[in-house]
Amino acid sequence: MADKMTVRGVSAWFGTLRALKEIDLGIAECQITAIIGPSGCGKSTLVRCLNRMHEVLPGTKVEGEVVLDGENIYGVGVDPVGIRRRVGMVFQRPTPFPTMSIEDNVAAGLKLNGVAANRAQRSRMVERSLRQAALWDEVKDSLDQPGISLSGGQQQRLCIARALAVKPEVLLLDEPCSALDPISSARIEELLLELRESYTIVIVTHNMQQAARASDYTAFLYNGELIEFGDTNQIFTNPTRRETEDYITGRFG
Amino acid sequence: MSNPQPQHTNRQYEEELRGLRTRLLKMGGMVERQIGDAVDSLVSRSSDEAREVIARDAEVNRMDIDIDAMCIRLLALRQPAAGDLRFITTGLKINYDLERIGDLAVNICERALELNEEPILKRYIDIPRMASIAESMVKDSLDAFLRGDCDLAQQVMDRDDEVDQLNGQIFRELLSYMAEDPHAISRGARILFVSKNLERIADHASNVAEMVVFMVKGKTIRHMDKSKQ
Repeated sequence: MADKMTVRGVSAWFGTLRALKEIDLGIAECQITAIIGPSGCGKSTLVRCLNRMHEVLPGTKVEGEVVLDGENIYGVGVDPVGIRRRVGMVFQRPTPFPTMSIEDNVAAGLKLNGVAANRAQRSRMVERSLRQAALWDEVKDSLDQPGISLSGGQQQRLCIARALAVKPEVLLLDEPCSALDPISSARIEELLLELRESYTIVIVTHNMQQAARASDYTAFLYNGELIEFGDTNQIFTNPTRRETEDYITGRFG
Repeated sequence: MSNPQPQHTNRQYEEELRGLRTRLLKMGGMVERQIGDAVDSLVSRSSDEAREVIARDAEVNRMDIDIDAMCIRLLALRQPAAGDLRFITTGLKINYDLERIGDLAVNICERALELNEEPILKRYIDIPRMASIAESMVKDSLDAFLRGDCDLAQQVMDRDDEVDQLNGQIFRELLSYMAEDPHAISRGARILFVSKNLERIADHASNVAEMVVFMVKGKTIRHMDKSKQ
């Protein structure tokens, strides 16, 4: 499978603190890549470097290249907003816009990205996104209700629908299930496996079983370094590096 | 293993893994003794000893059920990965092989009980030799398991050939006895069963050794041409 994105020698800083050290990583197209590692190892920072979200925080810096379809997203003259449209993101806690209806929440991305759409186009797009996020059947009769009236799991799927509405090519998910119950998590995992048909997915997770179940490739990060990257099956049954073994088996020496 | 892993963050889990290992080794020690005593009951023509071995099999069976339950519990509650996963699944399989070895020792005793009722056909020379190799294979395969020692596991697998050869030799020898004298047939056939049982014990020990290689290297060497191992 060809790489949709290639991370080359990426380092990232928060002020003087170096959160990532020369990361090299290929992200395969239409596959799910999981990023695992203990808290503070740089997982979130790494995904935030994939759509230029790291630099929005004050005092941060990124070095190295992230190539998306042959183009360095950190190249001169590249518009970060355009990149974020192509590389969408879903966060740890569901973040629906509290004052907006379900429908408006999904359509919000379009408005923010300046996509003009008439009422019919907008409805079609909202339905398509909600269907893709496996939420349509549950909310089709209450599209005018506030987004925050939904359950946590539904809210997270609403956020996924919102991210999908602008038709991104890559979807980044930063611990999307950490605030959800096991059934809601399972639905998100199943959804990701469906979305893999059309999207390249990167998921950060603390849940090792989730990474094992729902990803094709796994990257293990520790102290800002990429310790091991490989086929998920291999990483969870027979990792090459001792650090990986110790982490996924619950030992830390 | 030669380079011991750091302990689990979860001590209870660590204890459970250690408990499983200890239990498997205990079961291994028990079936080793069963093999030795079974063959001894035949060679020394002691039917009492044979009956003791048969009675002790109930304990082997109990351990089999215990170990299975321990493994299933660990799989369900701990969702093990990597080395731990390979250790536990290996434990499940080794447990099966050890239990089968226990059954084969019982089979030997049943043949011994029958043979002890009849005059001796011939002095047992190759059977004890075969038994001692098979027993040492069981012992070494368990040591290899305990230490994660693939070289020792390989030696166990290599020794399987010796047992196969002895089995062939015993077969040919008994065949000539039985061809010469039809009265020797029932005893000859029973001794053949004993020989076959010992050969099967060695096969189970080889299985254990193969699983040790899987446990240590994550590499499956079962059902492979020996030259490719």
